[in-house]
Amino acid sequence: MTTSAVVSAQNLGLTFKTNDGDVVALSDVNLTIDKGEFVSFIGPSGCGKTTFLRTIADLERPTSGTLTINGQTPDQARKSRAYGYVFQAPALYPWRTIEKNIALPLEIMGYSQAQQAQRIKRTMDLVNLSGFEKKYPWQLSGGMQQRASIARALAFDADLLLMDEPFGALDEIVRDHLNSELLKLWDRTQKTICFVTHSIPEAVYLSTKIVVMSPRPGRVTDIIESDLPRERPLDIRETPEFLAIAARVREGLRAGHSYDEDHV
Amino acid sequence: MNRVLPILTVLFAIVVIWYAAAIGMNAPWQTTLNTRAELTDVPFTDFALQTWAQERPVLPAPHQVIGEIWNATVALEFNSRRSLAYHGWITLSSTLLGFVLGTALGVALAVVIVHNEAANRSLMPWIIASQTIPILAIAPMVVVGLGAVGITGTVPRALISMYLSFFPVVVGMVKGLRSPEAIQLDLMRTYDATTWQTFWKLRWPAAMPMLFASMKVGIAISLIGAVVSELSNAAGGGLGVRLLTGSYNGQTIQIWAALFIAAALAAVLVMIVGAAERVVNTRMGARP
Repeated sequence: MTTSAVVSAQNLGLTFKTNDGDVVALSDVNLTIDKGEFVSFIGPSGCGKTTFLRTIADLERPTSGTLTINGQTPDQARKSRAYGYVFQAPALYPWRTIEKNIALPLEIMGYSQAQQAQRIKRTMDLVNLSGFEKKYPWQLSGGMQQRASIARALAFDADLLLMDEPFGALDEIVRDHLNSELLKLWDRTQKTICFVTHSIPEAVYLSTKIVVMSPRPGRVTDIIESDLPRERPLDIRETPEFLAIAARVREGLRAGHSYDEDHV
Repeated sequence: MNRVLPILTVLFAIVVIWYAAAIGMNAPWQTTLNTRAELTDVPFTDFALQTWAQERPVLPAPHQVIGEIWNATVALEFNSRRSLAYHGWITLSSTLLGFVLGTALGVALAVVIVHNEAANRSLMPWIIASQTIPILAIAPMVVVGLGAVGITGTVPRALISMYLSFFPVVVGMVKGLRSPEAIQLDLMRTYDATTWQTFWKLRWPAAMPMLFASMKVGIAISLIGAVVSELSNAAGGGLGVRLLTGSYNGQTIQIWAALFIAAALAAVLVMIVGAAERVVNTRMGARP
């Protein structure tokens, strides 16, 4: 285990005990994520990609193997506020304005009023939401709400950003736009990002590393290092390099029987 | 006008039906009276007017009830034992005190139940059982019992109101405090928020709609509790006492007047809670 790794998983396993018997959500996962990487987790439903993200966030406890975040246990990492988490839904509090929603973690972590104001301004600029400070969530579109939730995850400057299908509920046009914005944000902030998706183009477009997973039990079938440049215009998706990586992702999914009827 | 018109139409229909019913229900007694007075061949219009002007009608006509309310409030001094304003104030004060105590107790119990699994399993059956006991049975025990140790007046009556009104609040608030979604709670966990922070920043605001819904029920039954408790101590006064003495003496007009005051009081109290709800909703950025 290298201590420079942001996330390091060794032989990680997680089994849920249910009334119908044990469900193996993760089995023998070995993975190292280095600082500054953009790692996508892709696979069909039930492959454990969200569970793995939740395990990093200490929202689930592994039942075997080891997992460290910045060399700490997930519990220590959570308590030292090592990561920001973006959920599938924006999960904004409807009774708080956008700026108050972004202030939520800052209030909990005890930042002063002045620091709160400065950080709210900075993160709202970062996600292009300036001018919407006083709006309530219901006054914003779905894409803007999810941007606000990203701003909230960025507000307290954790180096690690965990994103669980953040754009899954959005239409493709908004999704393309937010994808390119997310890349710019990643480039500017130099954060390490773990990103769960089940869109192959999204995974290839965003990532420096793509982790292909397959279900029953949830396991890693392939880890693909992307050699696409950091600077990625949207039309990079038509280049042969891009298509080659996408083909390999698809191949990895097929090898994991992800396309078989009984797994979908 | 579009909103007022239907209400006025319904009100008009009720009044018409009421006057008609008063003729029918008071007719037998009026016929007896007329026979005794050897009045025969009374035209229907005169007969109808007679049924609407009896001293102790089976069903008083609306104008008789309104007249009684006027006489017993505006036309009387407040301190008079016959004043409905005086009795209404007695009922209102124990209703309000009982409502405040009941809401506080209900919220406190809900907070404990939501945060403590042992309390969740042990308290809830008792809370439900408490409401299966007829209030008419325990009200005299509480009022008389507390009277024996020198506690009289508003407090014992308010305790009955509290006993009734805490129930909808505790049930509603348990649901309300548990209403945040799993990801909203997960979010708090990723911030390593304390239980206290999660409560004030998430559970409490999320429970506001349920709090107001249960307070509306709570304040209405708090009034019922106050009226019932007054039945146990006729010397203490209150709208309940007016109902009781009215029925002892066959003073139907007095009963109806007291009923109207009680109903109006309940309506106003529920409206006040509703107004408070709208203020809070606006401050919490609810969609207009």
